[in-house]
Amino acid sequence: MIPRVWRSAPLAILAALTTTAAARAQDTVPADRGVRIGITYTPGLRPGVLVLGGKHTELLDSTRAILLRDLDYSDRFELISLPGGDSLSVGLLSPGAAGPRPTATGVTAAPLELFVNYPLYAALGADYAVNVWRNDTTGAVAATVYDVKGETIRRQLSVPQGTVTDPAFRMAVHRVSDEVVRVAAGTAGVSATRLVFIQRGRAYRVDLDGAAMLPVSSEGMTALSPGWEPGGRRLVYTEFQAGRGPIYLMDLVTGERRLVPPTSQFLNYTAAFSPDGATLAFSRSSDEGTDVYTYNLASDCCLQRLTVGRFSDNLSPTFSPDGRRIAFVSTRPGLPQIYVMAADGTGQELFAPFDYGMTGSSNAPEWSPDGLSVAFHRDVAGSPQVFVMDVASRRVRQLTSAGRNEDPTWAPDGQHLAFVSDRTGSRQIWIIDLDTGRVRQVTRIGEARLPAWSQRISP
Amino acid sequence: MRLALPVYATVAALIVAAACGGKPAAAPAPVQTVNQDSIDAARRREQADRDAAAREQARRDSIARSSQESERVRRQRESDSLGTISRETEAVKAMIARAVHYDFDKADIRVGEDAGMLDEKLRVLQANPGLSVEIAGHADERGSDEYNLALGNRRAISAKQYLTTRGISPSRIGTRSMGEESPANPGHTEDAWAANRRGEFTVTAGGGALRRP
Repeated sequence: MIPRVWRSAPLAILAALTTTAAARAQDTVPADRGVRIGITYTPGLRPGVLVLGGKHTELLDSTRAILLRDLDYSDRFELISLPGGDSLSVGLLSPGAAGPRPTATGVTAAPLELFVNYPLYAALGADYAVNVWRNDTTGAVAATVYDVKGETIRRQLSVPQGTVTDPAFRMAVHRVSDEVVRVAAGTAGVSATRLVFIQRGRAYRVDLDGAAMLPVSSEGMTALSPGWEPGGRRLVYTEFQAGRGPIYLMDLVTGERRLVPPTSQFLNYTAAFSPDGATLAFSRSSDEGTDVYTYNLASDCCLQRLTVGRFSDNLSPTFSPDGRRIAFVSTRPGLPQIYVMAADGTGQELFAPFDYGMTGSSNAPEWSPDGLSVAFHRDVAGSPQVFVMDVASRRVRQLTSAGRNEDPTWAPDGQHLAFVSDRTGSRQIWIIDLDTGRVRQVTRIGEARLPAWSQRISP
Repeated sequence: MRLALPVYATVAALIVAAACGGKPAAAPAPVQTVNQDSIDAARRREQADRDAAAREQARRDSIARSSQESERVRRQRESDSLGTISRETEAVKAMIARAVHYDFDKADIRVGEDAGMLDEKLRVLQANPGLSVEIAGHADERGSDEYNLALGNRRAISAKQYLTTRGISPSRIGTRSMGEESPANPGHTEDAWAANRRGEFTVTAGGGALRRP
């Protein structure tokens, strides 16, 4: 009988002979990665991407910079930077050319006969290479995605032209980035989305790279509970004033604002759209307590009260993506916890399990776009932390632990969450990637709260 | 007006005392005597002028007093009674304005000081049937921002229920929630949080003249 160790030896040798990237990937997946709870981090398994350098113009450099950052923030790739940090050394020169060819105008002509050095990119660990370039004949700018292993062009994307200070131009480049992600990783990225959040009573929108931050609600008022209409054209938010709060819909294109009629009385907040955009669910606080209501925006009628908590409060509704269920917060166990009901208010039951007397308050649920998870925050030793519950198994896992981390909101890819964290000393918006556990800071203004992540912003 | 004469008499007496040297026992023999006579003379003139002014004022006051005596008495009585009422109203309003406080993430009325404060408000509401109040519930900054709106609301309701279950009509007590949006103390300490978890009472109707219970 062959000892167990000998049987596995050929496999070990085979593994050692495969590419270094794959070997590294397999070697760095220990079962016990310790502090990261419920997250599988598999570095090296992600495709390597190289953004090639090229001719320097403001437009091309800005486009490359935005693209590179978007690809990095997608958390789907290993971004490859070249030794010395100068990606320009991997040029797109014709074989044998001594250098850039001067033209009559003194600028370098785009080499029509590109030399794509696949073996070099492969040696650097790239699975894909992206080249942003300008066709000097037509003036058009394009991003070409090369499949390094297959040694082919996978996709050529048209890049709009504009100035870096123009939010529309930046958003257009983000769309190109998301397409590159689709080509290289299978599903589109989420760069062409925005976050809305509140700072000192004012709602702001910001791109995911922290750029193009603009106020969207009036100065001097107290906006609360911002949310996006599916499609991202309108915002919904509460305008809080002296204990009362009407809910408004604001068109981000025209700036036009509309009161949701039944919210002219009492305090109405945490508005959430149904996935078809027809229904608005929200919380109302009055001297009858706090309960969840729905209102049909499409037919402008039919205020419906979904919960009747005589001795408990019910708030923060969030629709499942099929529109059939609503998760919400209820204080019926004493402390606020996550409950669920049918969209008509029937079948109310506990959703996220908790240990009575042990588990802290749970708040701010948001159902993931794929319907598989619900994110919320739960008090752990006096500080809120971001949790995600798997809807099928109802198992919860904690994603954060440093400082206060609250009010999670899903990216449309269901892979990222934005949330508020004070881990650096002031309240900022952060993003966590659920696959890798990588976090990054989006805002740098302080006192940011109540973020809401849009769907992809259509042109 | 009533005090005018004694005041002037006192002023005059002080001036006379000053003119007479003030502290004769403590005063040493003046080293420079050259100008002492002229200084004394100036002081005497000044004193005479003041005495004259005081006498003239006293005379005018006396005339005014005698001619308006009955009017004054009438007004004084009226204002004494108005003053009592307004002082009482202010005192009662202060009783109402005293905020009740809550434990962290709780809306229950705490036995002891807070319940006592509500009992006092209860007696005020009973003694003043025309009085209506509003309770604004507040939360500290630690809880979830939106949950705090519900918590503030629950706190206001809890205080309202304390009063309505003891016989006050619900229509006389309004509620609203401020959540964590209006801290009484902007700090981030236990003391600040304790001060911010509160129910504030304001008079919304019938607060013109309030009777002490």
